[in-house]
Amino acid sequence: MTRHFLGRVASAGAALNAFITIDEDKSLAQAKAADERIARGQAGPLTGIPIAHKDLFCAKGWLTTAGSKILGNFIPPYDSHVIAQFDRAGAVILGKANMDEFAMGSSNENSHFGPVKNPWDLAAVPGGSSGGSAAAVAARIAPAAPGTDTGGSIRQPASFTGVCGIRPTYGRVSRYGIVAFASSLDQAGALGKDAHDLAILLSTMAGYDERDSTCIDRPVDDYVANLGGGVKGLRIGVPREYFTKDLAPDVAAPIRAAIDELAKLGAKVVEVSLPNQHLSVPAYYVIAPAEASSNLARYDGVRYGYRAPDYTDLRDMYRKTRAQGFGPEVKRRTLIGTYVLSHGYYDAYYVKAQKIRRLIAGDFIAAFRDCDLIAGPAAPSVAYDLGSKATDPVQMYLGDLYTIPINLAGLPGLSIPCGFGARGRPVGLQLVGNYFDEARMLRAAHAFQQATDWHAKIPKGFE
Amino acid sequence: MTWEVVIGLETHAQLTTGTKIFSGAATRFGASPNTQASAVDLAMPGTLPVLNKGAVERAIRFGLAVGGRIAPRSTFERKNYFYPDLPKGYQISQYVEPVVSGGIVAIVVDGKEKSVRLTRAHLEEDAGKSLHEDFHGMSGIDLNRAGTPLLEIVSEPDMRSAAEAVAYARALHSLVRWIGICDGNMQEGSFRCDANVSVRRPGEALGTRCEIKNLNSFRFLEKAIEYEVRRQVELIEDGGKVVQETRLFDPDRGETRPMRSKEDAHDYRYFPDPDLLPLEITAQWVDAVKGGMPELPAKLRANLEAKGLPPYEAHLLTESREKAEFFAQSAAASSAPPLTVAHWVNGEVSAIANDSPSGFERLPFAASAFARLQDRIHDGTISAKAAKEVLHAMAAGEGEPDAIIDKRGLRQISDAGALESAVDAVLAANPKLAEDYRAGKDKAFNALVGQVMKATQGKANPAQAGQILRRKLQR
Repeated sequence: MTRHFLGRVASAGAALNAFITIDEDKSLAQAKAADERIARGQAGPLTGIPIAHKDLFCAKGWLTTAGSKILGNFIPPYDSHVIAQFDRAGAVILGKANMDEFAMGSSNENSHFGPVKNPWDLAAVPGGSSGGSAAAVAARIAPAAPGTDTGGSIRQPASFTGVCGIRPTYGRVSRYGIVAFASSLDQAGALGKDAHDLAILLSTMAGYDERDSTCIDRPVDDYVANLGGGVKGLRIGVPREYFTKDLAPDVAAPIRAAIDELAKLGAKVVEVSLPNQHLSVPAYYVIAPAEASSNLARYDGVRYGYRAPDYTDLRDMYRKTRAQGFGPEVKRRTLIGTYVLSHGYYDAYYVKAQKIRRLIAGDFIAAFRDCDLIAGPAAPSVAYDLGSKATDPVQMYLGDLYTIPINLAGLPGLSIPCGFGARGRPVGLQLVGNYFDEARMLRAAHAFQQATDWHAKIPKGFE
Repeated sequence: MTWEVVIGLETHAQLTTGTKIFSGAATRFGASPNTQASAVDLAMPGTLPVLNKGAVERAIRFGLAVGGRIAPRSTFERKNYFYPDLPKGYQISQYVEPVVSGGIVAIVVDGKEKSVRLTRAHLEEDAGKSLHEDFHGMSGIDLNRAGTPLLEIVSEPDMRSAAEAVAYARALHSLVRWIGICDGNMQEGSFRCDANVSVRRPGEALGTRCEIKNLNSFRFLEKAIEYEVRRQVELIEDGGKVVQETRLFDPDRGETRPMRSKEDAHDYRYFPDPDLLPLEITAQWVDAVKGGMPELPAKLRANLEAKGLPPYEAHLLTESREKAEFFAQSAAASSAPPLTVAHWVNGEVSAIANDSPSGFERLPFAASAFARLQDRIHDGTISAKAAKEVLHAMAAGEGEPDAIIDKRGLRQISDAGALESAVDAVLAANPKLAEDYRAGKDKAFNALVGQVMKATQGKANPAQAGQILRRKLQR
């Protein structure tokens, strides 16, 4: 199976640029070990399954770049918790997937290793930051791909490429060994072809790890066993703030149809309100850059990673290393983050953004008194053309409107394909659950997929 | 016109945990460079801090010992700045809400007691070390110390002289060792002070302060403050102004030098560390720590004073837990008065302890042996002078006091007959002195006792010899 997918990466996948690192020898050695395990009768559901890991997950002995030149030579001597969990399950590392540099971006155009193409239309972006992971799953060149989601980095590319992606509750999966972007928002999750695959992937990743102080010690639900049962009686909340002029009509229509489908399956649709939704993008673009500016200070050329070749003294080394090592979006966010934490601006920006964050979480807590899940779009539009928004960061940031509030609140959310918009580009339905309600989200997604076949659509040329 | 000196100290006490504050790497001193730095200490991508419970427990102990408030909820912040020996580009520290606030440290200067108020004590991690000695033609970085747990103890500006600052630093040093949270090894940097110094005319508002960094001995602390006070006073008296700045003490030249001015001060961009949850300390945890605390020096001092020891002696006896225990055991095992034992412990025994690297922790003789020596003075077997000789012989490992006294023939002549004849001989040889004494010159009496001691090679019991002399001279 590993040979099969390595072959697909090289052939059908060649046009996508979905991977930063492929190491056939390492993958095949793992596959061989998996075969032995299967022969011993000790196989689990993921034993021998080749997995595409976003290049943000440190994997022992594998180049781990975070899509950045500054980590262009970094080979970690340790596994992230997520990699270790997949290793324990006997899974194979198929390769390290391309991504926006340090997970900063919504189009995968910010990778030092070049943009990823959307398999549905090579002129379109795959979304980001887990763009390589999403494209690989959509093109069936990888069966499954864990990702990370700080502001929508799993759900938005899942929506753009017509695959399924789940971001669990903050603290459900250990962040240990995941190159940090914004610590209070980063959370690992997974991309796969259907809800059943997500259930298997999340079961493997979730659980307590004492190496991450923000990881929560709480039993993990049996997501696979809970997939059945349908949505009868489930209250689906639709926020009245979702269907506005910000939402493209070609997205709104399939989303409404999907909600109708859920109602047809027995769910009860209720209107809810998230009055502070409009504050989430500005709050996020204060908090995330603030944390990032500090998290990325360690890339200084002193201990590992890229160091500028010529410099006169220490300050010059710092300046050149970071000027040459980071791309423009990372620099932009580092500058914003440094600014909002500076003396005299901290209260006006960072403290205020934290207050907004609490308001947004409060909105969801109130909404979940009236519903079990919230449904809506994962992104306000379908995938746009490569290069079309690359020069306008604010436009790009506004595309995170539907995903960001979930990160600010620390809630779980998933996106599943539910149709196509303009130019045959996929649309994703987002389901948001209450804290630790991943099982219910997956159950609703599964019920939807039992009744529809959007998830089974494969882009032309990648069948 | 006089000047008032105002001093506050910031002290970094390295905590005695076996592992670092946010990683499992060892904290042992002196290992080869970078052998005690884990992926977390090296700030490898994706690594995360996990708070060491032992460091918190030590902070609680400190809070209890100084009578401070232990915060039920405190937070860790990131202090952001770039430096090669700061691997993450930020130091994890406590800024807004420290684990301990308030509290008091009692000091004694010139026999007078004074309380120094504490502002706060907070937990933080140490940085690594830059090694600028030639390392393949470059500077080297050793991250063994990176992540070592520190308790930063900040005093109020309550000290008014270098002597008070030293007394405070010594009292704090003694306290952190007493409660077992810091080994106090100043040479290895386990206990180091920054001094904030300013001067003002009495009654005026506080003057502009300078901070002198990294003073790692009491002597340097004293010298640096004395120099800095002189410098500031001379500057102002010459019409100049003190500029707020950070200064370094150069022990070779005995002077402080500017390091950076307020204008160059970093904007540390403090913000709560999102990798760590707020630190919650329950009342039960505090109670559990309280249960394991040794009796504190202040309490012990009060007990000693209640037993009649003067405050100064009591203060000296409680300089360290080992010394206090040595005194308690010796005094209990000896029939000599506690004040005499205290004088000896604070005098001769302390001198011996100070000469040895392990101090009172491992004296070369037991308290029980020392108690017997005290008995021999008390029962008149040997003179105080001879006892010093015996004590030093004990320190040199020559054995038990009685054996040393016999071997060296130090027993006093207390035999009345022998003393009578010695006195007679002295009186016969010194008629002038005897006459002077009878004529009312008291000094002559001491000279006569001296002659008796000389005639007996110091073995006469001086008190007994005096009695016989007095009797004979009155006739």
